[in-house]
Amino acid sequence: MNGSSEAQAWAGTDEVLAQADAWLEEGRKVALATVVATWGSSPRPVGSQLLVDDKNNMVGSVSGGCIEGAVVAEARAAMEDGRPRLLDFGVSDEMAWEVGLACGGSVKVYVERLES
Amino acid sequence: MKRSLLRALLAAQEAKRPVALLTEVESGRQLLIAGADQQGDLAASASLIEAVHERLQQERSGLLEDGKYFLQVFLPPLRLIIVGAVHISQALVPMAKLAGYEVSVIDPRKAWATEARFPGTSMLTQWPDEAMEALQPDARTAVVTLTHDPKLDDPALLRALNSPAFYVGALGSTRTHARRLERLRAEGLDEAALARIHGPAGLAIGARAPAEIAISVMAQMTAVLRQAPRLAPLRNP
Repeated sequence: MNGSSEAQAWAGTDEVLAQADAWLEEGRKVALATVVATWGSSPRPVGSQLLVDDKNNMVGSVSGGCIEGAVVAEARAAMEDGRPRLLDFGVSDEMAWEVGLACGGSVKVYVERLES
Repeated sequence: MKRSLLRALLAAQEAKRPVALLTEVESGRQLLIAGADQQGDLAASASLIEAVHERLQQERSGLLEDGKYFLQVFLPPLRLIIVGAVHISQALVPMAKLAGYEVSVIDPRKAWATEARFPGTSMLTQWPDEAMEALQPDARTAVVTLTHDPKLDDPALLRALNSPAFYVGALGSTRTHARRLERLRAEGLDEAALARIHGPAGLAIGARAPAEIAISVMAQMTAVLRQAPRLAPLRNP
């Protein structure tokens, strides 16, 4: 709360981007996931962001915690091959139940590597 | 995202400048757009740029051209200016920080405005009208007066009502507020300006303790910011 540079779980978009810059400065591999579209009662609005590093540290969120695991796995893959990914989660998708987006909404998440 | 774009995005946030980041979903190419300035490796058509500016105006992120592009609008940070380094402020400051606000507390009474009472918070110990002049509230700023002292609250309210602040709240009972309106009227404020004041500040949740009052003020600021419909009256279970 008083200006600590440590990552905060409740970070907003500003903090996510500032944290991204700090992690890149430390030489970590970093990927950013952003909610680009939502339908129904998805928990986080368009523009919500989750930052992931190569040790699975996370800042921010793209859902209420339901799809973060799957997004982190794709973020790790994007860190390695540098290709951006567009992920779909929703009730129409069987994977949605596997990853647990049981809230009835669906969401598209864009995952990109941040270049050092 | 290229490091140079990330840096430019952070610089725009720092300068409180609205910017838009356009991403071609397939390739990952990006263009950062701030007013007439553009930076990045994505070539965008004039019609696409026009759509971007329209979205910036509407403050609306989302997919464009059948999902070929994603546009993210980054707005300047929300700010909260609190007048009065009082007990309620000690609860309101951390809440507002959690909700993403940059918080400043104004109080010329130096015994109140201490680092020990408000760790890591921007404190201004000038007189409120001078401090407000320095802070320049904009349309993403909320102003709340909490001192109950007209000498401190009134000059801040006058400045707030002459600014585009999205929320202006003043603590005090209904009677205190009526007297406050009289004084501000005498200062030449018209009824439209006076109607902008949320007074007594806060949603009616029966708050008593300082932290509860802070919650009610925080909730009212949020409702105004997000243009929430009027709340239904509370019912007992």
